[in-house]
Amino acid sequence: MFEFLDISPQFLFGQLLLGLINGSFYAILSLGLAVIFGLLNIINFAHGALYMMGAFCAWMLLNYLGLNYWWALILAPVIVGGIGIVIERTMLHRLYKLDHLYGLLLTFGLALIFQGLLRNNYGISGMPYSIPPQLAGGQNLGFMFLPNYRAWVVVASLVVCLGTWYMIEKTRLGAYLRAATENPTLVGAFGLNVPLMITLTYGFGVALAAFAGVLAAPIYSLNPNMGADLIIVVFAVVVIGGMGSIMGAIVTGFGLGLVEGLTKVFYPEAASVVIFVIMAIVLLIKPAGLFGRAV
Amino acid sequence: MRLSAFLTATATGIMMAAAAHATDVKIGVLNDRSGVYADLSGEGSVVAARMAIEDFGAAAKGINVTVVSADHQNKPDIASTIARQWYDQDGVDAIFDVPTSSAALAVNEITREKNKIFMNSGAGTADLTGKACSPNTVHWTYDTWALANGTGGAMVREGFDSWFFVTADYAFGHALEADTTKVVEANGGKVVGTVRHPFPGQDFSSFLLQGQASGAKVIGLANAGGDLVNAVKQASEFGITQGGQALASLLVFITDVHALGLPTAQGLVLTESFYWDRDDNSRAWSERFAAQMNGQKPTMVQAGVYASVLHYLKGVEAAGGKDSADVMAQMKQIPTDDPLFGQGEIRADGRKVHDMYLFRVKTPEQSTGAWDYYETVATIPAAEAFRPLDQGGCELVK
Repeated sequence: MFEFLDISPQFLFGQLLLGLINGSFYAILSLGLAVIFGLLNIINFAHGALYMMGAFCAWMLLNYLGLNYWWALILAPVIVGGIGIVIERTMLHRLYKLDHLYGLLLTFGLALIFQGLLRNNYGISGMPYSIPPQLAGGQNLGFMFLPNYRAWVVVASLVVCLGTWYMIEKTRLGAYLRAATENPTLVGAFGLNVPLMITLTYGFGVALAAFAGVLAAPIYSLNPNMGADLIIVVFAVVVIGGMGSIMGAIVTGFGLGLVEGLTKVFYPEAASVVIFVIMAIVLLIKPAGLFGRAV
Repeated sequence: MRLSAFLTATATGIMMAAAAHATDVKIGVLNDRSGVYADLSGEGSVVAARMAIEDFGAAAKGINVTVVSADHQNKPDIASTIARQWYDQDGVDAIFDVPTSSAALAVNEITREKNKIFMNSGAGTADLTGKACSPNTVHWTYDTWALANGTGGAMVREGFDSWFFVTADYAFGHALEADTTKVVEANGGKVVGTVRHPFPGQDFSSFLLQGQASGAKVIGLANAGGDLVNAVKQASEFGITQGGQALASLLVFITDVHALGLPTAQGLVLTESFYWDRDDNSRAWSERFAAQMNGQKPTMVQAGVYASVLHYLKGVEAAGGKDSADVMAQMKQIPTDDPLFGQGEIRADGRKVHDMYLFRVKTPEQSTGAWDYYETVATIPAAEAFRPLDQGGCELVK
């Protein structure tokens, strides 16, 4: 079946699995963006910088406080999420009534400031961060060598993504959140604290980015620009999935990881472009995105 | 009273005469101060230039040197604009450093057009002393040919004779791959495959597995900076070297090794022209450098800026002025001699030649502390380290 492609099926499965792993990062990051856009109407351009801060936070916890990867996995999202809450309370909440562009400009500016500060203190080459010993090594699957850490990334990311989807779509809290986006005044009239819900939502979205950052720290170059390179792709993922669609973000995140993985086999030079080509096609055919509702 | 007035007048006269003979020289350090190459060049190169001026004792020799610096953001258009402004309006006489090959080639052309002096340390392209060579340019520290020759040649001779390249898909990556391919084939090896990855790249696992599947004995990484760090980190994760394949990284700076950490970087073989811990001279100089740079040890690029500024000032002194042609003639005539690169020369094509070194990154157990990273595998003598003069296609040589 695969003979005409001149590659072995084993090799292809290996590449598809790698695509799925990369898709995990797209999924968690685009999920955070989608949650924030869906509930706050803010295009959070600082998402990449916050992802980077999650990774740096892990590095700092290890080097300054001696706390290992597993602590970082819990603490970094909490700390960076806290920073997100401060940002929302002091700055972002003033912009909800204005055009999207203001939120975009503010968060973009914040991203540049965070990157600049860390670059000034830690340089640009990056920091070493090792894979936790419990997840070192890997399994020989017959068709490829799968590092244990990568398997963990897929599992962790699926659990977090599905957990988030369940919370927003299937629980009472999620119903309040969705109602608050539809009609904040009415929900407020029922006695719910809408501004608090929005603040916590932003904090949660940011914490997702930081979580992805900690997951990335052992395998990607941990440097102040690591988020800036990724965020553009993630925005394309969100646009393809449909702005604000939770399931759309998850499915397209994993799906585009697969597409990118295949491109790396058949035409590697185009691997960074293929997502944008798909974005252009989707926008032409379904302007609201694959899972988005037309406004 | 009359005597003291006479003495004062004489002293003033002597001082004025001295001032009239003093040469004012303005040098510009143009490099990346905020992007991927900021650590390996950046402010460190400016510090190195200042150290050279101090060590040369320029002021005592009647040469007043001013240093200016700017960020070219690794973009050739920005580098061109700054170079033009420096030469046309700010009175800059010579430009130093300029990492990023495309930016260096742009500054090379402007310097020729304005008849000034360009001493490159940071860029890799061997074209600066080949097709694009110029009577106004010196290429100091390294080039793609020397890297390919050092790492590629050494590995093939050790029996690693089949190669798979993971190449950054832009000019520098292509040049490095082409130069290494020539070296591998000239030494009896062969290239079994190549994959071009988008620049900058994030995930290299797919490309590394393609290399693994190719069965090549060596996976050669023709990329730099963050791409290299990502690729090496992931190669370690996917057990490339445990599987029996060797990883050859063709351009590695000590700052990259610092970013990777020894557990990940150990065993990498690489070529550089300078290592801070090589001898007493380099250690003493690097101590002074680190004291001004928060403890960071110098890269070969920063060492190259120091040595090239030093040699430029020797040229100015010998020429008795800063006329570009005179200074250049003196620089090519006087043998180079500095505490970091030792003795060497600048060839007719502008190539500075000196020994290159093949290093291997130490294991965490071998390392005695921060920045103790390399052990020397081989010294490549100056005569063999760089492309032979007649093979570069430089018109100055014919």
